[in-house]
Amino acid sequence: MRYYDKLIFELSHPGRTGYSLPSVQQYPFFAEKCSSGVAVDAAVPANLLRKSKLELPEVSEVDVVRHYTNLSQMNFGVDTGFYPLGSCTMKYNPKINEEIANHPAFAGLHPLQPAETVKGAQAVIDGLDAALAAITGMKHFTFLPCAGAHGELTGLMLMREYHMARNDSARVKVIVPDSAHGTNPASAAVCGLQIVEVKSGADGLVDVEALKPLLGPDVAGIMMTNPNTLGLFERQIGEIARLVHECGGLLYYDGANMNPLLGKVRPGDMGFDIMHLNLHKTFSTPHGGGGPGSGPVGVGERVLPYLRIPQTSGFHGNFGVMLRAYAYILMLGKQNVKMAGPLATLSANYIKESLKDCYKLPIPTVCKHEFVFDGLINDGAREGKTGATTLDVAKRLLDYGFHAPTIYFPLLFHQALMIEPTETESLETLDEFIAVMKKIAAEAAEDPDILHGAPHNAPIGRPDETAAARNPILKA
Amino acid sequence: MAGSAYFPHTGDDIRKMLERIGVRSLDDLYSDVPADFIYNKEYELPDALSEQEVRNFFDELGKKNTSLKVFVGQGAYDHYVPSVIPYITSRSEFLTAYTPYQCEISQGTLRYIFEWQSMVCRLTGMDVSNASMYDGPSAAAEALRMAVACTRKRNKVVVSTKLMQNVLDVVKTYLKYPDIEVVYAWDVLEELGPDVAGVIVPSICRHGVIQDLGGIADAVHAAGALLIEYCDPSALAVLKTPAEWGADIAVGDGQSLGIPLCYGGPYVGFLACKSEYMRKLPGRIVGQATDKDGKRCFVLTLQAREQHIRREKATSNICSNQSLMALWVTVYLSLMGPEGLRKVNELSCAGAHYLYEELLKTGRFEEAFPGRPFLKEFCLKPLVPVAVLQQKLLDAGFFGALELDGYVTFCVTEKRTKEEIDALVAVVKEIAL
Repeated sequence: MRYYDKLIFELSHPGRTGYSLPSVQQYPFFAEKCSSGVAVDAAVPANLLRKSKLELPEVSEVDVVRHYTNLSQMNFGVDTGFYPLGSCTMKYNPKINEEIANHPAFAGLHPLQPAETVKGAQAVIDGLDAALAAITGMKHFTFLPCAGAHGELTGLMLMREYHMARNDSARVKVIVPDSAHGTNPASAAVCGLQIVEVKSGADGLVDVEALKPLLGPDVAGIMMTNPNTLGLFERQIGEIARLVHECGGLLYYDGANMNPLLGKVRPGDMGFDIMHLNLHKTFSTPHGGGGPGSGPVGVGERVLPYLRIPQTSGFHGNFGVMLRAYAYILMLGKQNVKMAGPLATLSANYIKESLKDCYKLPIPTVCKHEFVFDGLINDGAREGKTGATTLDVAKRLLDYGFHAPTIYFPLLFHQALMIEPTETESLETLDEFIAVMKKIAAEAAEDPDILHGAPHNAPIGRPDETAAARNPILKA
Repeated sequence: MAGSAYFPHTGDDIRKMLERIGVRSLDDLYSDVPADFIYNKEYELPDALSEQEVRNFFDELGKKNTSLKVFVGQGAYDHYVPSVIPYITSRSEFLTAYTPYQCEISQGTLRYIFEWQSMVCRLTGMDVSNASMYDGPSAAAEALRMAVACTRKRNKVVVSTKLMQNVLDVVKTYLKYPDIEVVYAWDVLEELGPDVAGVIVPSICRHGVIQDLGGIADAVHAAGALLIEYCDPSALAVLKTPAEWGADIAVGDGQSLGIPLCYGGPYVGFLACKSEYMRKLPGRIVGQATDKDGKRCFVLTLQAREQHIRREKATSNICSNQSLMALWVTVYLSLMGPEGLRKVNELSCAGAHYLYEELLKTGRFEEAFPGRPFLKEFCLKPLVPVAVLQQKLLDAGFFGALELDGYVTFCVTEKRTKEEIDALVAVVKEIAL
């Protein structure tokens, strides 16, 4: 990757243009009413018009194309290489899906068009709804949420509506395991719920005995990620579901970690009442540098009679993302869907077993789609040398052409290094990654300073983030 | 062995991998899952399709949609999308990356988000913008929550009923559950009081009338509250900016800046504010930094505000954003520049006023808001049955005359030609009075 140091504003030359628009003179309105030739000035009183100059770049089309092409070349994506970012399911994004999403018969539809003119779009929504219901064991999905966290918020609103509809409005507490994604407690707080944390046991699983005393008539429900953020299947889920339902609460399934269960286990069968899926994880739609995603929320039998869908986005959700996910499911079909989860789980366990001699593995049992190392076994610390940290390992991986795993999450381990390979990587790719991880461990043991200075081959070195936060420069 | 192009595993690969792990079969990897929960039945899904079959499937579904000339706005505008934009945004380095956690190999994403933030600030006149929101309506809801977080011991917000319906719906949904009192008012100034944290008003009302917000900011500030302005960013090339009206927070939807209609999404929201409220701004923010060798670079910054750090103390749960859609807008604004965006408004405004006049001339409408200024969207009072009007337009391939508050609403963008407008008017003339 080559360092390119320009902002589009710095390419600007007054008078240069990159647009092509038709002539304004075609309307008689002008000739009659507008001596200045400026329609806006004729139509809008001066006191409602912009006074300040609009400082947008003035560049040619080729300037724009080269600038953004150069920017793109400082970026690493799934199409560039292996991206084992834990909890993010960076699987390959099939290209046919892009073609379908840009299909003019869908891309040109206005969201408020009458129903009889959007039957094809409705068929996409209905077909995807049915497919997701079949895969998850839920009854129906709403596609309004634009992301996973947005799905959590929508799902928790549904949970509150359920209790309110049953005149059970004293339920204001939601139980969240300490291993949960940070969005879980944040979504609950934004939904006006009180958060009660339940501890994990030494095995990394929710401690059922610790859960029992938390349950009562004030509990709205529990939010669970299964497998959890350590990549471990919560095998007590049957008992947890029974206890939570018995106290009148609901079970919410955070679908961020659905991938290993794809084709193998259905959240509805485990007793979950409300769930969200991340179409940009499990269903292969591209992450787009942090969106647009789609976080459809599904409900089970228990909630269905009380279903009132909260309008959490402006129209029908991210329809373009739904098209991609539907195309992916149709390509997989009932045959291949059964292989997705197991192959993802196979890849994760293969890496885990191959690297556990170099990296601390706090929980050695079989994992699902991801697992967590707690830093290096030998970080190279000695007299005059600071040991290599998880951050150092992550940065050194960039030098070798891999994206880093998720680091310092979950919070249960201080040097957490969370690896999720997905099912779309070949054995050769996994072996290359394993070899590099071993090499980095050897480098750390020999001289941790090699890692401290990494990355050495990226467009930039490590930034001074503290200075950036102290004196924020947030615009050009 | 799996028979899918997306799984690279051969039978031999799988055997080797199982051997390394020390288990005999893929099923053994699920030995920790209670047997009751293993789904052994066939999934109720169609058989796997080939790429050609998938393409045909969507071609057939596409034929069930009717392609219409769009003469309606209401939060989704059929502006022209220059060919450069999809060309750039489909580059897989942008498309297949995730949130720029590893800034050293994400400078492309970080730079365009920095440019997006800068452009949002330049359009609105605000000091600070975040990296984007899901859409305009949810950005409006987040802005109201932000106003509550910015003001102390104030727990009421005033929402103008002049906002578009989908903005009102989302705001109502978001504010129902936390302990925030919401008052809806046509005239927001009547509801000001010592417990009001924020007031949100549109710069163009749901009926298309450009609002004179003179005096509102002063009154809102005198009452100790924050003023939030909901705006169409395309129109800000010509209309008075939120900063010029004295607003503290500006929000809206970036769809009007080069994003296709796509049946309502993905779009992109923006949320920008004055610098004193920077630390209450939800979502991701990109800042300029220098690397260890002094090179200019860009990083995610001010992360202490964010949900993954604050967890249950968070005032917003937004985690990602609509990054790629922010790139659509950034490329659009780069191509358009100040003159191009002004010309988009010129064309839209001229076309809308032409349609307005021609529709009145048919005698099938009366003015709804005589003398009130509008840009590209307007309402008329229909003198013919609305259902007949709508159906005639649909039959002729037009989507127009959406019913709204007893009126019908139309919108004209620069994509609509004079010939299309004339054809629409000709259809209206045929309707019996």
